[in-house]
Amino acid sequence: MEVKGNSNGILKRISGPVVTAVGLNAHMYDVVQVGDEKLMGEIIRIEGDKTIIQVYENTSGIRPGEPVVNTGLSLSVELGPGLLTSIYDGIQRPLELLVEKMGNFIERGVTAPGLSHEKLWEFVPVVRKGDAVVAGTVIGEVQETNILTKIMVPPKSKGGVVSEIKSGEFTIDDVVCTLDNGEEIAMMQVWPVRVPRPVTEKMNPDIPLITGQRILDGLFPIAKGGTAAIPGPFGSGKTVTQQALAKWSDAQIVVYIGCGERGNEMTEVLTEFPELEDPKSGKPLMERTVLIANTSNMPVAAREASVYTGITIAEYFRDMGFDVSLMADSTSRWAEAMREISSRLEEMPGEEGYPAYLAARLSEFYERAGRVETLNHESGSVTVIGAVSPPGGDFSEPVTQNTLRIVKCFWALDAKLSQRRHFPAINWLNSYSLYLDTLSKWYDENVSPEWNGLRIWAMEVLQKEAELQEIVQLVGSDALPDEEQITIEVARMLREIFLQQNAFDPVDTYCSMQKQFDIMKAINTYAVLAYGAQKLGVPPTKVITIAAKNDLPQVKFMTDYKEEITRINAAMGTEIGALKEAYQK
Amino acid sequence: MKEYRTINKIAGPLIFVEKTEPVGYEELVNIVQADGTVKRGQVLDTSDDFVVVQVFESTAGIGRDAGVRFTGETIKMPVSRDMLGRILSGAGKPKDGGPDIVPEKRLDIGGAAINPYARQSPADFIQTGISTIDATNTLVRGQKLPIFSGSGLPHNEIALQIARQARVPGSTEDFAVVFAAMGITKEEENQFMADFERTGALEHAVVFLNLADDPAVERIITPRLALTTAEYLAFELGYHVLVILTDMTNYCEALRQIGAAREEVPGRRGYPGYMYTDLASLYERAGLIKGLKGSVTQLSILTMPGDDITHPIADLSGYITEGQIVVNRDLHRKGIYPPINVLPSLSRLMNNGIGEGKTRDDHKKVTDQMYAAYAEGNDLRGLVAIVGKDALSERDQRLLEFADHFENRFVRQGHDENRTIEDSLDLAWELLATLPEELLVRIDRGLIQKYHPKYRKEA
Repeated sequence: MEVKGNSNGILKRISGPVVTAVGLNAHMYDVVQVGDEKLMGEIIRIEGDKTIIQVYENTSGIRPGEPVVNTGLSLSVELGPGLLTSIYDGIQRPLELLVEKMGNFIERGVTAPGLSHEKLWEFVPVVRKGDAVVAGTVIGEVQETNILTKIMVPPKSKGGVVSEIKSGEFTIDDVVCTLDNGEEIAMMQVWPVRVPRPVTEKMNPDIPLITGQRILDGLFPIAKGGTAAIPGPFGSGKTVTQQALAKWSDAQIVVYIGCGERGNEMTEVLTEFPELEDPKSGKPLMERTVLIANTSNMPVAAREASVYTGITIAEYFRDMGFDVSLMADSTSRWAEAMREISSRLEEMPGEEGYPAYLAARLSEFYERAGRVETLNHESGSVTVIGAVSPPGGDFSEPVTQNTLRIVKCFWALDAKLSQRRHFPAINWLNSYSLYLDTLSKWYDENVSPEWNGLRIWAMEVLQKEAELQEIVQLVGSDALPDEEQITIEVARMLREIFLQQNAFDPVDTYCSMQKQFDIMKAINTYAVLAYGAQKLGVPPTKVITIAAKNDLPQVKFMTDYKEEITRINAAMGTEIGALKEAYQK
Repeated sequence: MKEYRTINKIAGPLIFVEKTEPVGYEELVNIVQADGTVKRGQVLDTSDDFVVVQVFESTAGIGRDAGVRFTGETIKMPVSRDMLGRILSGAGKPKDGGPDIVPEKRLDIGGAAINPYARQSPADFIQTGISTIDATNTLVRGQKLPIFSGSGLPHNEIALQIARQARVPGSTEDFAVVFAAMGITKEEENQFMADFERTGALEHAVVFLNLADDPAVERIITPRLALTTAEYLAFELGYHVLVILTDMTNYCEALRQIGAAREEVPGRRGYPGYMYTDLASLYERAGLIKGLKGSVTQLSILTMPGDDITHPIADLSGYITEGQIVVNRDLHRKGIYPPINVLPSLSRLMNNGIGEGKTRDDHKKVTDQMYAAYAEGNDLRGLVAIVGKDALSERDQRLLEFADHFENRFVRQGHDENRTIEDSLDLAWELLATLPEELLVRIDRGLIQKYHPKYRKEA
């Protein structure tokens, strides 16, 4: 990052979060201090001597004539030990520190560094004097929480030979490594948020991100390094789904951006995450999490920045070789922040008042996802899952449409389903995943060779049901042919047993791939038996009402379910076998 | 204080003043008309050669000869414990003939955002005595739950019934009601005031009234005054405050009016692009703070134009608030009070406030089961219209009957009927007992054996 030197200007006009200054030696996206209270802002337009600045804090009471100072720096985040478990606002100010500094309400003009510059961290070197290092090389490790984070040579370093490397306790600013060309390396890196961090190469995403959610892992999987959108009208369970993903996905690091959402909801995340256990390590989930909370009533410009702050932090962990999943809730609020700033700038609006560069900004953001070969030649990934809140549930609006052109997974939430208390309320007919082909090999090798076939079968049954339902709506279910009555029943089982999942039940909230397979297989077993019996002339009502399958839903709530599911499979066989015999005679 | 006589342009509620000393953004402004009348306004845009002022009252009578005084501070609200029991105008002036408020404090009405880290998660169940809220869309302390209604529906009665009956069971803490009316009719005002007086609620209430014939622009500050008062009562004096804002639709209309006067680029349906942020700055002023005793719970009423839940006002509100109670015209036509349609209604904080130790261990599952059964029964009504009841299977007929029972027995209740949560849940079981037991797939067997009337009688 270049420092272009300070320069001073004077405020000329204030209109909400957008202010105009004159006399600045300005560069686009430089960070400036506005007014006597030194509010933080960013240069977003230059017109002759006039500089237009978006301010990250409330501007009320600020007057023309007050000073403006250009720091010459871009909006950047501090990256290093101390990020994990942190809770930031949109511009990486730790919320906990802000409470200490200014009380329960967010006041303004208070700066707070993103990382503690006093805290000592135990630095364990992994390179020795005389080793050659390049940008991205891991030079040491810090046991931050239960996660061992890496200290890397900064991406812009020219590299060289290590002439001195230290070991022991240091602050993030202390030099821990010196190269032969005189370059000094500390644990902290500073990186401008609007610039993607460099990688060696982007790789194909061919490993699934296991989420423990049956409808996602089972029908619409996402790859590590992939992109997904969850659009849904309010009240359709978007936030619950996002939170379930943050809790259960098998990424090592989770970055959760609450962008323009509810304060109480953020608090729920803040209080819940430290108490929840990571299903794999048994440690609190918070230890692998970075939270960014910029609620809807916090300044709109900081909301615009929060998404970039989050993804830069995610990229930093990816560079260490971790799989990171990033949740952005909600990208619509982010787009609205852009719209608001754009309209204050009196820019020519595009569709529905959104700026014409909306599509470009969205695709730039999602493109920062991916599975990559890092500069250190390891593999790491950032998976981006963005919530979209379409006004009135109308998917044709610009934010949803522009997002759909970019992302590969679409998990369509449906208010109708949530009204029926079908959760997660993801519509199986409208959703899709474009990762099925690239991931099928993984499922063959790691779950069962039968898995891909079962999934296709399940989707066919559900599709068929949708068609049959149209007929049922007109003539009632009794008018259907026998075979199709069974299809309706099998589809019902798929919906109620496989697709519905209770996020609030301690067991059902996470379902392993093996259990998903076993449940799906049991439903399939029933289907095969039922069609077989029906062909021999057993009336469908008899086949549909066998008692054995009524126990199947309870399997979802059992930890040791294996025995029970084997028993149910056998009992279904016996019961249908008896029916067949009775009707053959 | 210097007085300017340099008004250049007056457009609707806005006046443009030329060449001033530096004036702060959002500063309070006094406008002195030629006849001596003083009106108040606020700076919307300031630069070194002109200032745009939004006048909170009618601009009638203001001419280029009016004087403009900039007060040098943002709008502050005098607050005091003595405000309880008072009736104030939409601009915060006494309207009940009583003395001026002697301020204990003067607070900025903009209100700062509560740091999410300082918030406490709402978890205390509030019993409103209305089954469709308590059992199926539970309200908790510190929540913001709007009532989405339509013109001509009894939303005011519902709000009043909630204000009258809402209690945290077993709690004797101080409570207060802050009531802010924006653009309601005189008749509606009378209805509210009569009820407050009848029940003695006025003693615990602060009332802000901006009536339909008061200036529309004043509606921009009315809710802010009310919320500032509520925050003071809650976070400094330790009251549990219920804020009722009605009608948010009128507030949004006023917002649009100002946007248009400023010639802003409009967003959807002509409402300003910043309406989400603006509404959030009101709705988000609810909640609890760690270590402080009081709480602010918000119940805002909005009438959806054309009963359209996708209208920008309802839509943006729904994205900010923690759920919504939807009042339905069809139920109202059937003569059911309160005509709350539970299907699109939702309380996002419900799960925090229910369950063992709070309400009852069966609460969540019973609710889910009722929702599912009612939704299915309700869908079947469409089918019945085509094929007739006889063509339905036995199962479907039961569900259809369930839907009717649900509306007539569970939803319907009296204006003064105050059901406890136990009453509501037991009633739910009574209705569920009309369904075959194997249909109750969402309730585990343990709970069925504990609460199902069939087993209860046996025991």
